[in-house]
Amino acid sequence: MRTTQQIKPMVPPTTSIWQHHHILDLDDFTLEEIELVFHTTQAMKEVLSRPIKRVPALRGKTLITLFYEPSTRTRLSFELAAKNLSADAVNLSASASSVAKGESLVDTLSTLQALGADIVVMRHPRSGAPYIATKYMEASIVNAGDGWHAHPTQALLDLYTIYKHKGCLKGLKAVIIGDIMHSRVARSDIWGLTTMGVGVTLCCPPTLLPAGLDRQHHHLPSVSIEPNIELALDGADVVMALRLQLERQQSGLLPSIREYIQLYQLTEARLARAKPDALVFHPGPVNEGVEISPAVAHGPQSVINEQVANGVAVRMALLYLLAGSKKQ
Amino acid sequence: MMKPLLIQGGRIIDPSQGIDGIGSLLITEGKISWLGKGEATPPQPDYAVLYAQGLIVCPGFVDLHCHLRQPGFEEKETIATGTKAAARGGFTTICCMPNTNPPLDNQTSVEYVKSKAASEGVVRVLPIGCISKGREGQELAEMGELASAGVIAFSDDGEPALNSHLMRQALAYSHAFDLPIIDHCEDRALTEGGQMNEGIISTKLGLRGIPNAAEEIIVARDLTLAQLTGSRLHIAHTTTEGSVDLIRRAKEKGIKVTAEATPHHLTLTEERVIGYDTNAKVNPPLRTERDIQALIQGLNDNTIDIIATDHAPHTEADKLCEFDLAPFGISGFETALGSLMSLVHDGELSLVTLIAKLTHEPAKIIGNKYVRLGTLAIGASADVALFDPALEWVVDTKAFASKGKNTPLAGERLKGKVMATVSQGKLVYKDESITVKES
Repeated sequence: MRTTQQIKPMVPPTTSIWQHHHILDLDDFTLEEIELVFHTTQAMKEVLSRPIKRVPALRGKTLITLFYEPSTRTRLSFELAAKNLSADAVNLSASASSVAKGESLVDTLSTLQALGADIVVMRHPRSGAPYIATKYMEASIVNAGDGWHAHPTQALLDLYTIYKHKGCLKGLKAVIIGDIMHSRVARSDIWGLTTMGVGVTLCCPPTLLPAGLDRQHHHLPSVSIEPNIELALDGADVVMALRLQLERQQSGLLPSIREYIQLYQLTEARLARAKPDALVFHPGPVNEGVEISPAVAHGPQSVINEQVANGVAVRMALLYLLAGSKKQ
Repeated sequence: MMKPLLIQGGRIIDPSQGIDGIGSLLITEGKISWLGKGEATPPQPDYAVLYAQGLIVCPGFVDLHCHLRQPGFEEKETIATGTKAAARGGFTTICCMPNTNPPLDNQTSVEYVKSKAASEGVVRVLPIGCISKGREGQELAEMGELASAGVIAFSDDGEPALNSHLMRQALAYSHAFDLPIIDHCEDRALTEGGQMNEGIISTKLGLRGIPNAAEEIIVARDLTLAQLTGSRLHIAHTTTEGSVDLIRRAKEKGIKVTAEATPHHLTLTEERVIGYDTNAKVNPPLRTERDIQALIQGLNDNTIDIIATDHAPHTEADKLCEFDLAPFGISGFETALGSLMSLVHDGELSLVTLIAKLTHEPAKIIGNKYVRLGTLAIGASADVALFDPALEWVVDTKAFASKGKNTPLAGERLKGKVMATVSQGKLVYKDESITVKES
């Protein structure tokens, strides 16, 4: 790890608390690890503020982005992060490769292993697919979204964005509104926020609330459920709106998109129930006028574009931390 | 002619006759010919001896629910490999489900399975016929012809009989042959795309859940139809507390229902899926500790009549994929006793009850139409299982006779091991440590 020496002084001398060879989910991250990500991200932001935004920390390392689902933000931000750290970044998108010819996931992973990837960033429509990768590859696996399960790097950039604005996360109130059942972002945000001591309120039609969180079987004491959006937003510091897939209506989970808008759209009037300095998040891509009104999406409290900008620095931090990790 | 075999000095447990004590058993020409208590020796001198000291000697296990995959899916299992696996698990009679290709919805397919079993099988195979033609849930299969071909029950297992009219007619029609209808209870509208038990763990893993209600709705409907028709109903793989309650109440009302639970549903919870182990993917899914407690209570109060394996072998390639894409099923013959003995060691179930649920009770459901099963009575077919209740061993799927290595128990330590199996008088499996000597 000779090349990492050059930015090592920027990182607090606590890297030994980093336990991850892979980043698969946020439910196994400790508060200390998340804080380490914040501090390392700060260092990366400093790199990004330089006229030449490039350090040699990952020189000679190969990063492959393996995407089985379309993505703009996430893939681009990983590729930029890798390039800023001088890694060789190669992209494999499912439709262009032999995956389209019916190659199985395990075969594809074995091929990537043979090609000698150091880090594989993987997005897949099936929950748990990155866990298969950890069994067939020596490389560090970064989950860039798997099915409904997890999107840990998105949640970490959300947490970092809150940290930048609020300093301390403990004791804040976050409200997540929308299609929680089908959202990997919501799941990862729930684990990350609760680990950081943030109180989480979930607000959605009861048909979009995942099992085990309803009133009868409540398994997460630090998470509360409030189906009424006005009540849910009362005194909130952080408001996260989720994308509503329009096919939820066809699958019988919603009577109509129209009614969803009436009951759950994040509007200026509703946002006024939150604290005046509340931050508005959305993982993108946004259905403007469905889950969020254009005025709120582009309003003064929106940090949607900042989320994207912070995404590069957070992913640089994560790649840097992974490059120094060992396979357990 | 084979020399008689004396199984000497084991603890003989036969719930069908209320026997539990040290003794010896003589097998002559495929039948149980003599049973002696303590150190008694048989009247005639010339026999081979299998020393069974420290072992339990009981009737060979009878499995009312397994999948042998032949014809059609020979890469997963064949009658040859499946019956060898059964022998290693102490099973001497296994009833195979008709979801083969072609399905067992006609006499020819049933005859094929029977002839394969006669030529290649090492234990007794009793086929189950389809309820509906092609297992399509639309029209009744020719149940009379299937009955005369020798099926012991009817089931579209793998698929529920969702059409209530068809289920009613199947129950009514089968009454003429006194054979039970076995239903796989699953309301498909509630399970579509489902991967595991619905609850906080499915939420954490981001997998679509299968609610208890999907099973209980069909159990309740089937019980109602069994009451309406007065016919025999058998509920396959019961998994939920609610189903146990429904069946208990139905039995109190005198409805002719029997029910089974599998070793995996009695011993493993949904937590096995954490880490996306496709070998823990099974339908119905592994449930919760609370459901397990209800099933055990059901076994003890006879709400759940029997234990059946639902042995469902798949190839390694089948299971080596994304969780959503993996087929459902656990290869169960070779770990059944070892897993179930944990219930005995933990004091949840008596040894005698466990053996009854694996021998005499399933034999009662099958009936004596073909052969007297699940007993060590003099004159009965010499089907005997010998096991060491306390021997610890590690599950090594490479050693399985089954082609299906798909078990979530791979690499785990179990306490209780089958040491020898006698099927129709033949020693079809024995552990290396067992010796047979001429007298």
